[in-house]
Amino acid sequence: MAIGVKVVRRPDEGVSYLRATLKGMALTLSHLLRPKVTMQYPEQKSTADWSISPRWRGTHRMLTDEQGRAKCVACGLCPQICPANCIKLVPGEDEQGHRYPLIYEIDEFRCVFCGYCQEVCPEEAIHVGVHYENSEYERSRFVYDLERLCAQTHPVSTLWDPTDPKGE
Amino acid sequence: MSPELKGFFLVNTFRIGLVFTLVMVGVIMVIWVERRGSAFLQDRLGPNRVGPLGLLQNVADGVKNIMKEETWPTQADRGLFLLAPALAFCTGLMLFAVIPFAAPLPPFDFTLPILGQFVHAGPIPMVVADLPIGFLFILAISSLGVYGIVLAGWSSGSKYALLGGLRATAQMISYEIALGLSLVVVLLLAGNVPLSDIIAKQQQTTWFVFAATLAFILFVISAFAETNRLPFDLPEAEAELVTGYHTEYSAMKFSMFFIAEYAALITMSALMATFFFGGWDIPFTAWDEQVRTSWSLGALLQFGLTHLAFFLKMSFFIWVYVWVRWTLPRFRFDQLMALGWKVMLPVALTYVLIMASAVLALDRLGVPADWRWGMALFAVNIPVLFAVFWMLDRDRLITTQRRTRGGEAIG
Repeated sequence: MAIGVKVVRRPDEGVSYLRATLKGMALTLSHLLRPKVTMQYPEQKSTADWSISPRWRGTHRMLTDEQGRAKCVACGLCPQICPANCIKLVPGEDEQGHRYPLIYEIDEFRCVFCGYCQEVCPEEAIHVGVHYENSEYERSRFVYDLERLCAQTHPVSTLWDPTDPKGE
Repeated sequence: MSPELKGFFLVNTFRIGLVFTLVMVGVIMVIWVERRGSAFLQDRLGPNRVGPLGLLQNVADGVKNIMKEETWPTQADRGLFLLAPALAFCTGLMLFAVIPFAAPLPPFDFTLPILGQFVHAGPIPMVVADLPIGFLFILAISSLGVYGIVLAGWSSGSKYALLGGLRATAQMISYEIALGLSLVVVLLLAGNVPLSDIIAKQQQTTWFVFAATLAFILFVISAFAETNRLPFDLPEAEAELVTGYHTEYSAMKFSMFFIAEYAALITMSALMATFFFGGWDIPFTAWDEQVRTSWSLGALLQFGLTHLAFFLKMSFFIWVYVWVRWTLPRFRFDQLMALGWKVMLPVALTYVLIMASAVLALDRLGVPADWRWGMALFAVNIPVLFAVFWMLDRDRLITTQRRTRGGEAIG
């Protein structure tokens, strides 16, 4: 089977409630000293057998070029494709005719973390990040502006690769 | 105030203080054991943040519940609504009053500078009230405990709570009988009702778990039903009745039910230790049974070690309670009734008959009341146990129909 379903064989004769009870008691007691699966979250964020997927789509990050400017050229593809309509982009143009975003804001409350913005971006500027700790004291803090998006340091998502569907 | 009266007050303050502290701290510890124990049985860690090993988690929860708002349902009968948790709480604690928790301390006679002379003649039994009717007191009070639950269900003015209360009544009536009958066997063996006499008899012969094994098993099952613990927690039954009788309760009133439940658990564990495992008796030695007449290190050591023995026995049964709760699923109500009336009651009645005959026969044969007496009764118990297990085991299959294998129906 595709994802390794374990089929439990049900006993179909010769098992009484009494024996099943005693067997169950022995089983639970045997679990008492088995290794625990709990991850001590705030201190411990990944273990040997679990870590966050590199394909995780979390809060966004804007990559920057060597001069520290956002790579964004304000082409307008990301607000166009965004299904949640959470990206606000006002394009601007400098003297050399380079387009850049005057305003670039993402409302993380509206965002559905589909990752289309990253997929559609021709400059590989906007990315969804491998990040999940987003608590804030105010709702207004969840609208990330360009400065904040550029300042994020967490790794960016690799998204899903159709040629390698299982991520191997 | 006479020296005797002062001695009386001193002794009783000490004993009541000790027992009350033991039970209340015990409740906190047992809830901790339950939460961590259940977690460990499920390969988790459980609450481990508040205090060392999470020991203070329940203190924090208690503080939270004291600070919370008291809610009064509009349909509630206010007087009874308030009375119910108090009733449940008191009966849970009262039972412990008759359980001896250590060897007696020697008598004292001393004089303090301002307070004067204190006298206590005779050894001091380590039990809050060494009632001559100890045993009957337990039967009476343990069935009073259900009033708290029934009144809570009735006074809440909520259908779920009422159903929970009704279930508690039916369950209590069914299992009280089996509980009483299993204790009748203990009574036959001990020959007297005070708990101190029951312990003395066990020290003299054997622990009653050998002399009356089936009574012990019946007692454990009934005690589970009596304390509304899984697999008998039908009055609560989260899946069907929200939380049953305490659905409408919040804050400290809910906490009272919670504490009462665990106090009853501790008391029932202590009763199992007392009735069937020799109470504070330390096995294979008579050192702990000597009656001291003067204070010495030995007397204190005797007190401490017998108390420890009692505590360990009690703790074992508390663990069994937790272990069973996190293993067995809840009964259906008709299964509960069938077990109570069609299995427990006839088995208990027959067992009383068998044990009464056995005790009478041993008496006529002139078997001395020591370990031989106990082992003779144990010999009677072994075939009885096999018979009961065979009876419960036969024809009670989990599935009687054959299932299909590989898509083809067989059989």
